[in-house]
Amino acid sequence: MTLNFLDKLFRRSDNSSRTVAKNRLVLVLKHDRTDISDEMMQEIRTEIIKVLSRFLDIDEQALEVNIGDTGGSIALTASIPILRVRPDHGAHPDSVSP
Amino acid sequence: MTSEKRVIVITSGKGGVGKTTTTANVGVALAMLGEKVALIDADIGLRNLDLALGLENRIVYDLVDVVEHRAKLRQALIRDKRHQSLALLPAAQTRDKSAVSPDQMKDLICRLHEEEGYEYILIDCPAGIEQGFRNATAGASEAVVVTNPEMASVRDADRIIGLLEAADLRSPKLIVNRLRVQMVKSQEMLSVEDVQDVLGSAIKLLGIVPEDESIITSTNKGEPAVLSENSLAGLAYRNIARRIRGEEIPFMSLEGRTGIMNALRKLFAGKSKV
Repeated sequence: MTLNFLDKLFRRSDNSSRTVAKNRLVLVLKHDRTDISDEMMQEIRTEIIKVLSRFLDIDEQALEVNIGDTGGSIALTASIPILRVRPDHGAHPDSVSP
Repeated sequence: MTSEKRVIVITSGKGGVGKTTTTANVGVALAMLGEKVALIDADIGLRNLDLALGLENRIVYDLVDVVEHRAKLRQALIRDKRHQSLALLPAAQTRDKSAVSPDQMKDLICRLHEEEGYEYILIDCPAGIEQGFRNATAGASEAVVVTNPEMASVRDADRIIGLLEAADLRSPKLIVNRLRVQMVKSQEMLSVEDVQDVLGSAIKLLGIVPEDESIITSTNKGEPAVLSENSLAGLAYRNIARRIRGEEIPFMSLEGRTGIMNALRKLFAGKSKV
């Protein structure tokens, strides 16, 4: 009890420069580690289009893929406008063409 | 007849964190334990390891001379008079990193082991992530990352860990260098645990070296701190050398000589836990 009290008294606990440094580092490393090159981003875009095109007609021009901080974690978000579901896929599993 | 060789590259990313001091001290400590050790200064153009070892006046040929066949490997190797089983292959001072290729480095390391019989080969990597880094890591089978408990060097260490993995040097080991125990206790410096937390579990701790003025005086004299019985940093480096050999050595207690909280804790609880 007494010790905890003294700890708080003497330590500038949560805004100590040690804690500030650690928190800043955690953030900056999160960004460093998810830093994707333009080439890789382009490749991801191309592959997403390839996979989705098997099922959907999509608006490739309006497709957006982004890396961003979504409150606590880094996430890849994609906005992919769908024009229509491909009629030749999914309706009749037996009649699917390659 | 040749035994297993250990080829360890000492890296950091950021400059000035103590790679060269670490290479010199761990190398001498391993030699003191009776191992046959060759140290390679891979920082071509910025030769420094010779100074840390006090061997600067004995350099005739260097690494690039060997690669370009102006000298035999044995001629370029400088044997330490204090420890017969320790030798230095110095960097060239008047050339740049492009004077050597990764394949030539690999070849040199093989020859140090096969022709000269060195069992421990430590490579002092230059700062940065360019060709010097690729050369220094090319022939290595293990990696050590040196960092200071300070933001920029931890950030660069994280980047280096990624690059080492990409170069197939998995599970590198971490040395936290220049730790100021007092500052950690007064919450003004990242602790070893903080650094480990931030870097993640992929990297195992190999050693903790406290900030120690004896490093400056020993470098001034060209006598690595491990040679001095009284140097705390020297003791930390001797422990690191023994851990590299596979001994289980507990991490140095960072206790003692501390601030008011510790004194109070001792007063109240009789015992402190750190």
